[in-house]
Amino acid sequence: MKSLTFRHGVYPPHGKQYTENKPIERLKPKEILVFPMLQNAGATCEPLVKKGDKVLVGQKIGDSKKFISSPIHSSVSGVVKDVTPMLHPNGMKVMSVVIENDGAFEQGTTLLPHEKYDSLSREEIINIIHEAGIVGMGGAGFPTHVKLSPPADKKIDTIIINGAECEPYLTSDHRVMLEKTDRVVEGLKIILHLFPGAKGYIGIENNKPDAIEAMEKAVENEPNIEVKALKTKYPQGGERLLVYAITGKEVPSGGLPCDIGCIVQNIDTVVAIERAVIKGRPLMRRIVTVSGGAIKEPKNFNVRIGTSTRELIEAAGGFTKEPVKIISGGPMMGISLYTLDVPVVKGTSAILCLTEEEAKLEKERNCIRCGKCVEACPMNLLPCTLNSFVLRDDFESFEKYHGMDCIECGSCSFVCPSNRYLVQSFRTGKCTVLSNRKK
Amino acid sequence: MSESKMSETMYAVSSSPHIHSKNSIQGAMKDVLIALMPALAASLYFFKLDALWIVLVSVLSAMAAEALWQKLTGQDITINDLSAAVTGLLLAFNLPVTVPLWLPVVGSFFAIIIVKQFFGGLGQNFMNPALAARAFLLASWPVQMTTWSVDWKASATSLALLKNGSGSLPKLWDLFIGNVGGCIGETSAIALLIGGAYLVYKKVISVRIPLSYIGTVFILTWIFGRGGFFMGKPLYEILSGGLMLGAIFMATDYSTSPITPKGQIIMGIGCGVITTVIRVYSGGYPEGVSYSILLMNLVVPLIDKHTVPKAFGEVK
Repeated sequence: MKSLTFRHGVYPPHGKQYTENKPIERLKPKEILVFPMLQNAGATCEPLVKKGDKVLVGQKIGDSKKFISSPIHSSVSGVVKDVTPMLHPNGMKVMSVVIENDGAFEQGTTLLPHEKYDSLSREEIINIIHEAGIVGMGGAGFPTHVKLSPPADKKIDTIIINGAECEPYLTSDHRVMLEKTDRVVEGLKIILHLFPGAKGYIGIENNKPDAIEAMEKAVENEPNIEVKALKTKYPQGGERLLVYAITGKEVPSGGLPCDIGCIVQNIDTVVAIERAVIKGRPLMRRIVTVSGGAIKEPKNFNVRIGTSTRELIEAAGGFTKEPVKIISGGPMMGISLYTLDVPVVKGTSAILCLTEEEAKLEKERNCIRCGKCVEACPMNLLPCTLNSFVLRDDFESFEKYHGMDCIECGSCSFVCPSNRYLVQSFRTGKCTVLSNRKK
Repeated sequence: MSESKMSETMYAVSSSPHIHSKNSIQGAMKDVLIALMPALAASLYFFKLDALWIVLVSVLSAMAAEALWQKLTGQDITINDLSAAVTGLLLAFNLPVTVPLWLPVVGSFFAIIIVKQFFGGLGQNFMNPALAARAFLLASWPVQMTTWSVDWKASATSLALLKNGSGSLPKLWDLFIGNVGGCIGETSAIALLIGGAYLVYKKVISVRIPLSYIGTVFILTWIFGRGGFFMGKPLYEILSGGLMLGAIFMATDYSTSPITPKGQIIMGIGCGVITTVIRVYSGGYPEGVSYSILLMNLVVPLIDKHTVPKAFGEVK
């Protein structure tokens, strides 16, 4: 099969050998779990419980009335120890519900299971997905019910499941495709049920031939679903680039995939949809790859949301070497953590503990105008030029040269021989332009 | 690591990406130096040890000039990035083998301090330092800079012969391997082509500038040939003088060439047009490579500005 791809991009070392053959292990949480009231892109939730309350597994503990928001559920049973601002993986303090786990995993009332969803209306399914607290689990955390409710004038004809997993080290999606193959297919069928006539694609990078094979076998009798092999190249899993690879169409600048009839969903998200609709389970777990050169026994875990990062690292045998960086997510787009005392949230796809060798902090040097960033940028921008605009506060030119189209994939910084802080400056540029627009 | 240690540690926080390719300035410059080695070997073969002294003096004085300037201005000394060494080597390659040894010293200091450091150092200069220094030396010491004779070699270069239309041209094969008069590093086309292939293979440069430059000279010197319309000797033209050296190693200089793919092709064609005009139509000056590159260097910002590629998803 011909492998599809996009233009430009980079080839970082995979680092997947540590965990790609490690079956997913369930991790039992210890006493204390922390649930930040911000686990989605959009509005922060209001806590629905107070100190001293008894909570059950699957009980809703946070919600918001805003459209772009998603409720939060307890993943354990126990007592609310505190409702207070706690450190979030994003580095800020966020109002959080702290629950003392009683270890009984006493089940609360959950959503209604629907072994057959054919009779459910579109609104009913969207409502289940909303109530189950499902968000995009690739990291961005955009509420899934919102993504599945495009404006009425957008005709959706293509649903793409993102099995690219282009970030180095990450193998959680890979393992899910191998171990929960049927659930992925079932989840995709539920989404296709929402968009009659649409075609489903599962895009997988060709460095996972076993996953491609397993998925192809699982969709043999599904005329509306096709598995597409993708070239192993970063950022193949970037939404716009995945859509381009599979459909050959470019999402217009400033627009969304739904503008060209596409909706993209992450693998773990699709499984969460299947759990919610079929079993009535809200989103309480996710698959997390714990890896990196400093980790003793790199593994893939099935983790209850709210579990401390520290517990994950201990369960992976702790450190063999001093890590210089702890990253929540992949090494190309993840967030670095300064402490291990932050919880796993819905968007935590991995915890990486990188050694100095892997993630050396280099000094920034002059741009030599080699143009490597230009040849790496998947959005076909001029990173070195945009960088100079930001450095001299010329945000007008930054915008004119399409700086707002930067997807912050990090390809430019990755290849830069001068170690210039390109993506960092583009974040500054984008934020400044956005705040100037509001004025 | 002990439990207590794990809880005390504060880890480094920075913006993503957290991993980095092996690319470095030093690595790119090292590749350029490696790519220049075949030409250096050819020059040692044809010009003997005289060439070696000039190369050594030129490289060492370029590095000394950079270190000295950075020390005097309180900056970090960065000569280990090898960019000054590349400048020194390229300058030496642009000198006749007969020059007195103080000439490359003057040239290197001019290239590094005036052309490079005065404008902000690495990546900031708007003209190719080695070529600007060559132009400076040519204007200041024209006799030394155009004395080609070595004991056993013809005193006129093939370009001068082409220009005057007298004397017998060297064989194409001699031009190709470099058995002709000329500057130290420019004579052997084959050695320069091998170096260029290495740079393209290592992705240090793309073929866009060299190919469009050499291609333009080939086509134009054939059409507007010295002997009349479609009467040119394009093969002679592209193998003569500094074209190979200029097109592969000088016009592709990162700081002074466009970053956009389209811009790089414009740069190559522009250099080719100016080189041909100087070679075919100028009064007494036989070679046009250095000046055409220097002139194109000046319009690089303009080229970049007008060749911004279409962004992914851009709606016009």
